[in-house]
Amino acid sequence: MDRNLLVATGIEVTYGKRAGLFGGHTPTPVLHGVDIRIGRGQTIGIVGESGSGKTTLGRALLRLVDVSAGNITFDGEDITHIPENEMRPLRRRMQMIFQDPMASLNPRHTIRRILTGPLLLHGIAGDTAEALARVKAVLDRVSLPTACLDRYPHELSGGQRQRIGIARAVLMEPDFVLADEIVSGLDVSTQAQALKLLKELSRELGLAMAFISHDLSVIRAICDHVYVLQLGRIVEQGPCEQVFAAPSAAYTRALLDAIPLPEYDPGWLERKTEA
Amino acid sequence: MTDMLLNVTGLSAVSDREGGLPVLRDVSLSLKKGEVRGLVGESGAGKSTIAKAILGILPRTVRVTGGWINFKNRDLLAMKPQELRSIMGSEIALIPQDPQTALNPGRRIGAQLADGLRLKRGLSARAAEARALQLLADVQIRDPDRVMASFPHQLSGGMRQRVLIAAAFAVDPELVVADEPTTALDVTVQKEILRLIRRMQEAHGTGVLFVTHDLGIVAQICDSVTLLYAGKVIEEGPVRSVLENPQHAYTRALIAAGPRYDRPDAGLEPVPEEIFHALRQEIGIR
Repeated sequence: MDRNLLVATGIEVTYGKRAGLFGGHTPTPVLHGVDIRIGRGQTIGIVGESGSGKTTLGRALLRLVDVSAGNITFDGEDITHIPENEMRPLRRRMQMIFQDPMASLNPRHTIRRILTGPLLLHGIAGDTAEALARVKAVLDRVSLPTACLDRYPHELSGGQRQRIGIARAVLMEPDFVLADEIVSGLDVSTQAQALKLLKELSRELGLAMAFISHDLSVIRAICDHVYVLQLGRIVEQGPCEQVFAAPSAAYTRALLDAIPLPEYDPGWLERKTEA
Repeated sequence: MTDMLLNVTGLSAVSDREGGLPVLRDVSLSLKKGEVRGLVGESGAGKSTIAKAILGILPRTVRVTGGWINFKNRDLLAMKPQELRSIMGSEIALIPQDPQTALNPGRRIGAQLADGLRLKRGLSARAAEARALQLLADVQIRDPDRVMASFPHQLSGGMRQRVLIAAAFAVDPELVVADEPTTALDVTVQKEILRLIRRMQEAHGTGVLFVTHDLGIVAQICDSVTLLYAGKVIEEGPVRSVLENPQHAYTRALIAAGPRYDRPDAGLEPVPEEIFHALRQEIGIR
């Protein structure tokens, strides 16, 4: 069995390529030949500032945007151009946790329906009782009370909603989870809760994860390997121990030096690192 | 006591929207001339409410039930609206959180800056324009002529925040309230903006109340800090001593809960439930 679960090679994505009714837009390339390799059970981080293309890259990995060049294999199968009906059975195995759980949970459905629905739809659970049993087990794992089941998303706190998002993803028993900026809106303590939970779950379930963030400190807490993206190109990648101890790209150093640490460091503010 | 700029004493407020729930509980803090104080806490801690109370822009649903806000020995809470208007935007200025909504999208930057200078400083149109140009140069905008002629949407977020910093310091205020001014920005831009605020503050000798949820920012830009939880001051003091020798268990846990790029094991321990429990008991929340 291949050690790699998801391999993307030479990924290019261009927005606005199709000519519209009124002439269309000038094509804007956002990714220029990106290579990414995600091992089974491995957590990789993708870091970059706004406009770096990190969200587009995540979407390309899940085939949510079309690539204009390069290819993507998932579990040994080339999925770069397979039609949606062939993609569908793989969708269960590739889950996504969203940045804004409020926007990704149907506000008119109870948590019970949000969590059991996909289990029945994908045939993971044979009947409602089995689905409910699985949901209760996962709720317990993410430290949410069973009483949540009869609540609507707006009745939960931000941290609780984020845990519902995590529960929904792991219920599908995926091999791969994409998490795009999922802790950026949370308070420090809630953020630590979510990070700890994800790290434990990825180990317990042997999940591979791609963790997209603008924050290198968050990446450090949860990832094995990191890719640094600048203007659609990988400028540095490597195991976290290596990249964080001795960053080789000037851009990585500039990103690190711009993060204020909660400690006394009188020279920090005036210290400049050119990217 | 001549160097005292701002004294908030025993400030309490309730939210009528949440059935009289206290949002500020006997809050006291002070700011000297030229001091930068961080006002820090998680969401709902009351840091923005304090900033709004000082600026006189509390929402109608929040009612002050006690305390004083003394600015240069005048109680802001007891002032008439016209007195407040003469102070706000001249002696006290705001650097807002969102540079997108704080600027008028339909007017050029130069005109917006000049308006303020004419209104608050009584300059002629020509003098105001020259002063605006100088202000943009002061906040290290390389091409001030182009920025003067630009509409807000033509500028980056960092550039818009520079314009708002210029606008805040334009009136040479004694107190600047900065309300999470870097949350919408990338880290590298954030650092530039923090540096700029600190430089402007030092050059003008301004007192700054810096609202943030980030203890890292507090460490790097503030002289002193007030930490809040559920509208109550939990700990306060000089930044270095609070960070290196925190007295309250909550402060210690909060510092430990943040991820750090230089420590692989940081950022994975949430504030323990026992600490929140003890905090709620201490504050008197049932």
